[in-house]
Amino acid sequence: MRITDLLEETYSAVTVNKVRSGLTVLGIVIGIGSVIAMISVGQGAQSSIQSSIQSIGSNLLVVTPGAQRVPGAAVSAGRGSAQTLTLDDASAIDSTVTNITAISPEVSRRYQVTAKGTNTNTSVVGGEPDYATVHNVTMDLGSFITDQSVTAYSKVAVLGPTTRDDLFGAGTDPTGQTVKINKVDFKVIGVTVAKGGTGFNNQDDVIIVPITTAQRFLSGQTYVSSINIQAQDSKSMSDVQQQVTDLLLARHKISDPTLADFSVLNQADILAAASSVTNTFTFLLAAIAGISLLVGGIGIMNMMLTTVTERTREIGLRKAIGGKNRDITLQFLAEAIMLTLIGGIIGTALGWILAWGVTKFAGIATTVSLSSVLLAFGVSAAIGLIFGYYPASRAAKLSPIEALRYE
Amino acid sequence: MIECRNITKTYKNGDMETPVLKGITFTVNNGEYVAIMGPSGSGKSTLMHILGALDTPTLGQYLIDGHDASSLTQDESADFRMKKIGFVFQAFNLLPRATVLRNVALPLIYAGVPKEQREQRAKNALKAAGMDEARFKYLSNQISGGQMQRVAIARALVNNPSLLLADEPTGNLDSKTGEIVLATLEKLNEEGRTIVMITHEPDVAAHAKRIIMLRDGLIVKDEINKDRVISTT
Ligand SMILES: Nc1ncnc2c1ncn2[C@@H]1O[C@H](COP(=O)(O)OP(=O)(O)OP(=O)(O)O)[C@@H](O)[C@H]1O
Ligand SMILES: [Mg+2]
Repeated sequence: MRITDLLEETYSAVTVNKVRSGLTVLGIVIGIGSVIAMISVGQGAQSSIQSSIQSIGSNLLVVTPGAQRVPGAAVSAGRGSAQTLTLDDASAIDSTVTNITAISPEVSRRYQVTAKGTNTNTSVVGGEPDYATVHNVTMDLGSFITDQSVTAYSKVAVLGPTTRDDLFGAGTDPTGQTVKINKVDFKVIGVTVAKGGTGFNNQDDVIIVPITTAQRFLSGQTYVSSINIQAQDSKSMSDVQQQVTDLLLARHKISDPTLADFSVLNQADILAAASSVTNTFTFLLAAIAGISLLVGGIGIMNMMLTTVTERTREIGLRKAIGGKNRDITLQFLAEAIMLTLIGGIIGTALGWILAWGVTKFAGIATTVSLSSVLLAFGVSAAIGLIFGYYPASRAAKLSPIEALRYE
Repeated sequence: MIECRNITKTYKNGDMETPVLKGITFTVNNGEYVAIMGPSGSGKSTLMHILGALDTPTLGQYLIDGHDASSLTQDESADFRMKKIGFVFQAFNLLPRATVLRNVALPLIYAGVPKEQREQRAKNALKAAGMDEARFKYLSNQISGGQMQRVAIARALVNNPSLLLADEPTGNLDSKTGEIVLATLEKLNEEGRTIVMITHEPDVAAHAKRIIMLRDGLIVKDEINKDRVISTT
């Protein structure tokens, strides 16, 4: 039997019962489509979390108050709640630890912020000039906080572009205007360039004020919420981490490192912890979608078994006029594979559209990767083979005369 | 040459045994034209299936050109059917959702004949079986019983078989179309093909050169059709 004849026979067999073939294909379409869409959501989440972690800055170490936890749980544990870090700790690190390019102690908290007739609730960060270096902040309008404004407790504020849009309207220049943070007036001196973060970690929805001002007029406390340190390069990160830990242990008079009242997180650790979370998340989503793929595969097998039963006489005839077992097996296998491949193609398109829709309407980043498309096709071809083989070989084993007599 | 040596066939369905053929012995030489007659249920179709290597005897031997057919594997007997045998089934066994032309060309798919050749040969076979050309593109469940019969005959002819087995080939035809089919069979026989035809009409059997009578699974008569043999010689 020639391959073109095989394809022709398969095509006409599949198109004879369009509704049934269509429904069977639908099972595969949904399975493949949801696998691709789910993986795209998972991978999208992964890359958006990674890029938002990277947008915080590069070669960063973050010292937070509170007990050391296992990596992963430590990402946000106890941050800001314990009060063990001070500006003196920061200046001690600055003067003692080597291989650091910038150090930025910060206090941060959410406040209600108002301007003329508008108001928003946003994160207000008290920082120093190095904040700009550590967090890769560049100015769109005006200027950043200066050492002078830090020492003078100046009531000046730098707005993130989103905050500016919320308070003064998109694209306006608010420098020189006044915002009220927690009922205290601040003069706007600049707007940062958008960094494009999303969600809880939005780097654009923020107000930066001098740390001294924040401590005196907003929090009323002398503690800092975190000290962000930029290492010279990625190679010196662990060395810097060690130096900072040793220094702070000594300053806080703690001899047992496991009892430390602060934790030093390395950006790479945060990234690894976050990707292990998103990997699990992606896997979970894919596994759920995989179940519908399995159900679709069973649908194929069910349809093929029904087809074999229905077409028993046809099989008998084909064998009677010279069809070999291999020809019969191939024919039914080809039908199953054709159905799954059609399902795979439509399902890939559907998954793509779903992913696009999720991004467009739910605002969740998605990434349809080549590997997930290949995976979907591999799986659908495998489903065709596995679930088609049993019905096909059953068809081939029938004795021609018994098959012809079948009613 | 085909040879039956004391063939018996007993159907077993659970505990129930149905003896159908009870010891059939005969030989058909190449080029013969044999009619098998007998009352309904006497085992004619059963015997025909054995002759076509579609079924195997319970006991006894069936030899094709000296080879025992029961020693063939499924694929070997399929190959043999494809190359040597044309089979007209009593129930036609056409594929209902395929066109007339496709039904007739189907055996050639398994012989690996390319599409254009296949269609040409199918058309020739259909014409030889007296099928109206206007019906070639009809689905095989959209034609009459007599037309189905002719399609079934055309399909049996399409692979140029050396042995044509026809189970009631004129059963559904009016006498005029029946004559066309019988003339076709006669022509094929004159070309040297062996023909075994089942019928219970003596008029039809009269076209054969030899008539075998079957009753209750046994051959009760096996003789040369003198009229026919004398008239043609
Ligand atoms: N699969 C089977 N199981 C049991 N008995 C069967 C089976 N097939 C046929 N028979 C029996 O074998 C007998 C002969 O059947 P067969 O079809 O050979 O008859 P026939 O001579 O061709 O009859 P007709 O002229 O009506 O076509 C019948 O009595 C039938 O009941
Ligand atoms: Mg019969």
